[in-house]
Amino acid sequence: MKIFIKCEDANHKCDKSQYKEASFWEKVTLNIHLIYCAVCRKYSARNAKLTNAINQSKPKCIPKEQKELLKERLQKEMSK
Amino acid sequence: MPAEKLFPETWVDRYSDYLYNYTIVRVNDHEVAQDLISDTFLAGLKSKANFKGEASERTWLISILKRKIIDHYRKSNSNKGKAEVRMSYNDVDSEGDWLEENISDPSDKNAEDTMENEELGLAILNCLGKLNEKQAAIFKMKTIDGFDTETICNEYNITPSNLWVIIHRARKLMADCLEENWF
Repeated sequence: MKIFIKCEDANHKCDKSQYKEASFWEKVTLNIHLIYCAVCRKYSARNAKLTNAINQSKPKCIPKEQKELLKERLQKEMSK
Repeated sequence: MPAEKLFPETWVDRYSDYLYNYTIVRVNDHEVAQDLISDTFLAGLKSKANFKGEASERTWLISILKRKIIDHYRKSNSNKGKAEVRMSYNDVDSEGDWLEENISDPSDKNAEDTMENEELGLAILNCLGKLNEKQAAIFKMKTIDGFDTETICNEYNITPSNLWVIIHRARKLMADCLEENWF
């Protein structure tokens, strides 16, 4: 196992950790990377902000089936 | 300035979630909100010819939706009597309970927070509408609906690493877009 990881991997781990899917070791290596990499630090901060914004406002989506129905109705109306 | 055009085929994918969130905070009922949105799309289709291209598609649809919401309230207001408040606090012991129950706010959020969250939610959905279709759909499933990686991979027939690349790009674009419009 490597302690130092590439930026690419760091970003990937950061994305994963936004969904709570990063393992403990992944989080450790990510944080070590963040100590010396300003670019990834910035990405991480923005990524976290985005997650926060979504959790805070909880936008809701229309279920997929409903959307299909809606599309069908529109399609019908358009072909008239 | 080039005049805006309408593309009704894309309305559902691009705007339905935006309109839904706009509606749900105003009517507070899932069924009603969906009906209003489908009414809005149909009305938009009918009056397509009246679109002058001065506003964006979304603004135009929102203005139709606003009329629909007002109409909805007018209609429900004409069924007077349904809206009356019923109190069943007759005995002396529970005097004042009614008031207390009505002013207590379990989530402890003030109006300003709620409003800000509403706007933020709309800003997020607006940004989502700017991603390409597949990106937006996958990002939505993962982030807003909270499906796990495997389910999404099966649905779209992609590998997990594909998924993470898509998510990564989407997150980047979303962050850029929100930075411009919100933060």
